[in-house]
Amino acid sequence: MTVIISLIPALPLLSFLIIALFGRLLPKKVVALLGVGSVSLSAIMTIISGIDLLSSPPAVGSYTATLYTWMSSGSFTASIAFMLDPLSLVFCFVITFVGALIHLYSVEFMSEDDGFARFFAYMNLFVGSMLILVLAENLLLLYLGWEGVGLCSYLLIGFWYKEPENGYAAQKAFIVTRIGDTAMILGLFLLFISFGTLDIQDLMQQASMKWVSGSPLAVISSLLLLGGALGKSAQLPLQTWLPDAMAGPSPVSALIHAATMVTAGVYLVTRTHVLFALAPVVMAIIAVIGALTLLIAGFSALAQTDLKRVLAYSTISQIGYMFLAMGIGAWSAGVFHFMIHAFFKALLFLAGGAVIHLLNDEHDIFKMGGLRKKMPVVFITFFIGAASLSALPLITAGFYSKDQILWFGWSSSISSHWLWVAGITGAFLTSIYTFRLVFITFFGEMRTEPHHKAGKLMSIPLVVLAVLSLTGGFIELPQNIGPIHLFSRLFDHVLPVVIAGGEGNSELVFQIISAIVSLGGVYIAYLLFYKKSSLAVRFRNSSMNSFFLSGWKFDRVYDFLFVKPAVWLSEIDKKDFVDLIYTSIAKVTEYFNFLFSKTQNGKLRWYVLFLTIGVAVILTIMISL
Amino acid sequence: MNTLFFIAAAIAIISSVLAISNRNAIHALLYLIISLLSISIVFYILGAPLIAALEVIVYAGAIMVLFIFVVMMLNMGMEEETEKKWLTPRMWILPSVLAAVLLVIFLYLLQAFRNEKTGVEAINPKQVGISLFTTYLIAVEIAGVLLLAGIVGAYHLGKQRKKVIHRFMVKNPSGRKV
Amino acid sequence: MEIQILFAAILFLIGLVGFLVRRNIIFMLLSIEIMLNSAALVFVIAGSHWMQADGQVMFIFILTVSAAEVSVGLALILQMYHHFKTLDADALKKLRDKQEVEKT
Repeated sequence: MTVIISLIPALPLLSFLIIALFGRLLPKKVVALLGVGSVSLSAIMTIISGIDLLSSPPAVGSYTATLYTWMSSGSFTASIAFMLDPLSLVFCFVITFVGALIHLYSVEFMSEDDGFARFFAYMNLFVGSMLILVLAENLLLLYLGWEGVGLCSYLLIGFWYKEPENGYAAQKAFIVTRIGDTAMILGLFLLFISFGTLDIQDLMQQASMKWVSGSPLAVISSLLLLGGALGKSAQLPLQTWLPDAMAGPSPVSALIHAATMVTAGVYLVTRTHVLFALAPVVMAIIAVIGALTLLIAGFSALAQTDLKRVLAYSTISQIGYMFLAMGIGAWSAGVFHFMIHAFFKALLFLAGGAVIHLLNDEHDIFKMGGLRKKMPVVFITFFIGAASLSALPLITAGFYSKDQILWFGWSSSISSHWLWVAGITGAFLTSIYTFRLVFITFFGEMRTEPHHKAGKLMSIPLVVLAVLSLTGGFIELPQNIGPIHLFSRLFDHVLPVVIAGGEGNSELVFQIISAIVSLGGVYIAYLLFYKKSSLAVRFRNSSMNSFFLSGWKFDRVYDFLFVKPAVWLSEIDKKDFVDLIYTSIAKVTEYFNFLFSKTQNGKLRWYVLFLTIGVAVILTIMISL
Repeated sequence: MNTLFFIAAAIAIISSVLAISNRNAIHALLYLIISLLSISIVFYILGAPLIAALEVIVYAGAIMVLFIFVVMMLNMGMEEETEKKWLTPRMWILPSVLAAVLLVIFLYLLQAFRNEKTGVEAINPKQVGISLFTTYLIAVEIAGVLLLAGIVGAYHLGKQRKKVIHRFMVKNPSGRKV
Repeated sequence: MEIQILFAAILFLIGLVGFLVRRNIIFMLLSIEIMLNSAALVFVIAGSHWMQADGQVMFIFILTVSAAEVSVGLALILQMYHHFKTLDADALKKLRDKQEVEKT
């Protein structure tokens, strides 16, 4: 068992090494085989160990595979150790399975690109790092994976490095997430000082014993960890990097910025939920941030013209839902939404990527249109993904996951009704912008011709993900529809259950409300964008539209607050006044050298003169002593 | 006895000063010879007749004559103008100040170690000779070697190499002009 | 005896001043001779004070050294004159510390 668990992250990393070292020498087919095959094998390993874990769970509820001791100094030891429990199993499953599908898709997507081997090397490194992150048994190893995915995100966003814009986008992503990473490492320091260990199980136990609810140390350390999560998951206030990260290839956006890396924050908070439970004020902050983010991103998505940017803001918004769920204590609901979101968002990105690729890299949706007849497979799968995103009732998986969050938003005892209002508004906005996207891109008159159809390697992952987007929700039905609770049962021993507020029977009412809201959103989008009403055109030219388009002007604010002062400071220091101190010492020495070398003029009489002066001085000193 | 010493000392000092401040080389040398002669008198007063004689014979007689020969060889009578240019009154300031400082120091040192002399007794050449050839025999031999070295060196360094200047003179690899 | 040593010191200082002031090599050598002479004078004074012959013996050695030195020195001066065509002591300054062209 230990071996199988260790293989899960090891296989992609091994494949990364091979492709990185020899990729240019190997033929494309071998590289593709290695890249896709390693992730698929990891998926199989995950399924095997998952079956083993669920059918005959071990006594402690998880498997631990300790490989070797990484560092040991004083009383602190950190080892390379992987822990597989239901939480990390779910994440591993999503990462490897969706990852394998995306890798398969990329074989065709990147087939004409020069950097084919480089792409698969980076992707495998990413999958390996992400798996290390979710399987890590201690926070230090988790941080290693955290940094690894950050690095790969940078490498992959700026994959087409010949365009300087892509490089800037990659830098922006790295720098903004770095702010979060710094907060996180400070949190790790604080935890280490308080408990002397970074082992997750130990930490959770000691924290629940030593810290009372609301103690300042708990608040500070969970706030710091939250900072890291906010950076990686692109929530307020660190959400500005994700829309620009769309400069990378679509498979990258699908894997990293939809399904996996941006959910690393969700994983971190869920894994250390004991700490957060000890600081209710931080939980409230998480919920509020989630709610605000989903609203802001939702509004921004309404105005976007780039297909991928709509999806990017949609991702920010949906992760806001997950944070909202975590903030109100609905841990398993948050994880459930993560899994379903991974399916349909990856699907949307891959299908959208297919559209862009087949239209010769055209990103603007207003230059597309009428594509549903020319690319039927892409259209149908995109439609299914959009339906799941909008949480169309009963048939889509998105309905079950989002509805669960909304229900807990109303009924959980630590939640406020306003959070439900924010959630339902967000759902309304989601339907509108999603179907705006669908109608503008696939319906109407065709403005750009696609030059060929999508091949098999691109279509198969789309179909698989579409099926999952429809059926994935059936493993967790709400109370009043059916007694299937497979998903939340998984977490019986791992995550706490939501504390219900006592309004058990009126769940149906809220389900009906959310159904009406999502269908209503579709209808409004139909009116505005299919029928081409003048209202839409007027809105597009309004100033509020440009406000939304720029993501509520966050970039401008940050530029004004942080970037300009930093640039101004470095302008002042252009002459590097610290360096001046050193050079002036050298200059003074040189000056004295110049003076003294004048005394070495080779003239005999001068030397004798100095001799006599020296004699006079020495004699005077000797006499006076 | 004392007065004789003072007179001789005064002459020595005056002629030395004249010697160093003269513009004509031969004049300066002649003044120096006078100075040496008066110092020889001082030696005699101190009770060292052998030294007095040797001073005149060797120092004034041989070394100064050597100087005069060289000066004549170099034809330094024409150097009057350059000497005037080089010896400005401004040049005297700093060395005189230094000399004065050293003199003050010396005076201070002298009066710190007062020592009255009893009388003068002449030491005749016989005593000097015995001391020289018994106690200081090694030094005598070394002095002889030194003189030999001086002779060889003077001969070698004084040799004139004839310089033939060709139109296309080239340094040979050792750097010496051929 | 103090007066006598003082006299020798004055002579020495005169020689020193002469050395520092003059630019002609011949005069420098001259001043060196004055200095040597005064030093030898001190030896003789000391010898007469202690009533020993050692002072005079020392004088003979100093004399020897001075003679050798003068002869070699004058030979060198002749060489210098033939090379530099001048008797300026300041012409012999090839061992100076050459300044860098760009003063940073």
